[in-house]
Amino acid sequence: MHGIIRIASELDGETIVKADVEIGYLHRAFEKDCEQGGWNNAIPYTDRLNYVSPLINNFGYASAVEKLLGVDVTERCKYIRVIMSEISRICDHLTCVGASAMELGAFTVFLYMIKAREFLWELVEDVTGARLTISYGRVGGVKADLPDGFAEKTLHAFKQTREVLDEVHRLLTGNRIFMDRMVGVGVLSREETIAYAITGPLLRAAGVPYDVRRAQPYYVYDRLEFEIPTQKDGDNYSRYLVRMAEMEQSMRIAEQALASIPSGPINVDFEGRPIDPAAYVDRGKQGKTEGLLLVPITLSPNLQGQQRDAARRVNVADKRVVLPPKENAYGSIEGLMNHFMLIMEGYGIRPPAGEAYFPVEGANGELGFYVVSDGSDRPYRVRCRPPCLPPLAALHRMIVGEMVADLIPTFGSVNMIGGELDR
Amino acid sequence: MAILDELRRRFGDAIVETDDHRGDLTAVVARAALLSVLAHCRDEAALAFDVLMDLTAVDYSKFPGREDGPRFEVVYHLYSIARNHRLRLKVRVDQDDARVPTAVGLWPIANWLEREVWDMFGIRFEGHPDPRRLLLYEEFVGHPLRKDYPINRRQPLVGPAS
Repeated sequence: MHGIIRIASELDGETIVKADVEIGYLHRAFEKDCEQGGWNNAIPYTDRLNYVSPLINNFGYASAVEKLLGVDVTERCKYIRVIMSEISRICDHLTCVGASAMELGAFTVFLYMIKAREFLWELVEDVTGARLTISYGRVGGVKADLPDGFAEKTLHAFKQTREVLDEVHRLLTGNRIFMDRMVGVGVLSREETIAYAITGPLLRAAGVPYDVRRAQPYYVYDRLEFEIPTQKDGDNYSRYLVRMAEMEQSMRIAEQALASIPSGPINVDFEGRPIDPAAYVDRGKQGKTEGLLLVPITLSPNLQGQQRDAARRVNVADKRVVLPPKENAYGSIEGLMNHFMLIMEGYGIRPPAGEAYFPVEGANGELGFYVVSDGSDRPYRVRCRPPCLPPLAALHRMIVGEMVADLIPTFGSVNMIGGELDR
Repeated sequence: MAILDELRRRFGDAIVETDDHRGDLTAVVARAALLSVLAHCRDEAALAFDVLMDLTAVDYSKFPGREDGPRFEVVYHLYSIARNHRLRLKVRVDQDDARVPTAVGLWPIANWLEREVWDMFGIRFEGHPDPRRLLLYEEFVGHPLRKDYPINRRQPLVGPAS
């Protein structure tokens, strides 16, 4: 996935002798905007950083704030974050490989890859209710629990994705035309890759097995088995191979996580039949609150996965951080007060004054959030370390001395995402 | 903590303050010693901070209790692939003297990151080979991530100089 960029280059015939990369065309003041609202209000902005894998951005930001708050999310939430991050990573790699193959003329591959992405985006839609700007992460948890039958659907989608990847392997890997355009093109040496702070698939394609999930494990990555695919040439073809291998590893991770995800505390203390929200609120208003918190309530389908028991499974048990379940907000004065204290301006989540940096492995490399709090309900400073800025800063090193046409596969393999590059 | 002790021992007063809040090792460095501390962190075998993960700044002019102190902090996030550890270095600069020596000689990635800090905060990096704005255009007036820059200010959008 790309965005707008300007490469002013000096040519000698068709050879690039000098290039100046100019960025900023999608700058929309992400970091300034984050300072204007509450801590959770930044979540929708983080969706728009990397719009192909927004879930990873959500969780990265939420984890940075959680680190500042000093809260630890529930086990089930950690597993959900791992599963959803890996699904996102596959979507990101599918888009990257598909788009760059299309730019080299392999349109079929693009269509196949987008078909596979569709299978996965349907899963994302099932869980979050949206496809692209999902806003699913929350400080202290996630928006909703996984829907019923999610594991079976995921396994089925992975089966279909594997078939597609198999087909793509047969079409591209070893394909003469594809190799001619990719092998030995856009090379960046191992030393230079490190000096330019490039992480993710580009660094691993240059032979350095650095992956935040393995080096400094977060969530439950230290309990799951996976490999870190590396290549040694640091050219476009190595990057392609690394991405293709990583998708398989991501599926492995998600499958293991699905197999071992804990169910968490399940609410068994309810009585009677579910009642509808209006009747529930009426009873609360009349002061008939006895036992009300134990009565199951039929929630709107929009709130699927946010019932009282589900909210307890995926959110930290800390009233200063997460909103109470809707049943409590409607049905009890304590829940309503709790809700107001988190929503009203000037209240909300208030991390202690301090700062924290939290790195996660984004699809393009290390995605870090550096947050500074002054103890108020708004972030004092939010800094996103965009994983695709370093490769763009080094782009001139990859294209100078090569042909203009080589720019296309190189630009495809650095996987520039305008949203996070320009913020 | 061993890293911070070692830095304190070696640089003495040039390390103004150290901290390990939430497990993030942080050292505030005097500006005069910044480059030598950065070079030491990169080249000393026991530290081996070979990656400048991030370089940014924070404007503390509206931070409760710090309104009168130095206005800016330039923040360096270092990471070592070989040793798998992290370090945050900070240097404080005043508004009237918002200048920091450039780290481009140590890490080429500092080129773009310092341009972004100049763009957003108006902090100059002395010796920078290419001191242009990074994200905004040259004709833009002001530095938007400063706390006194209003978020709703409009400026005419001028195309890039060709």
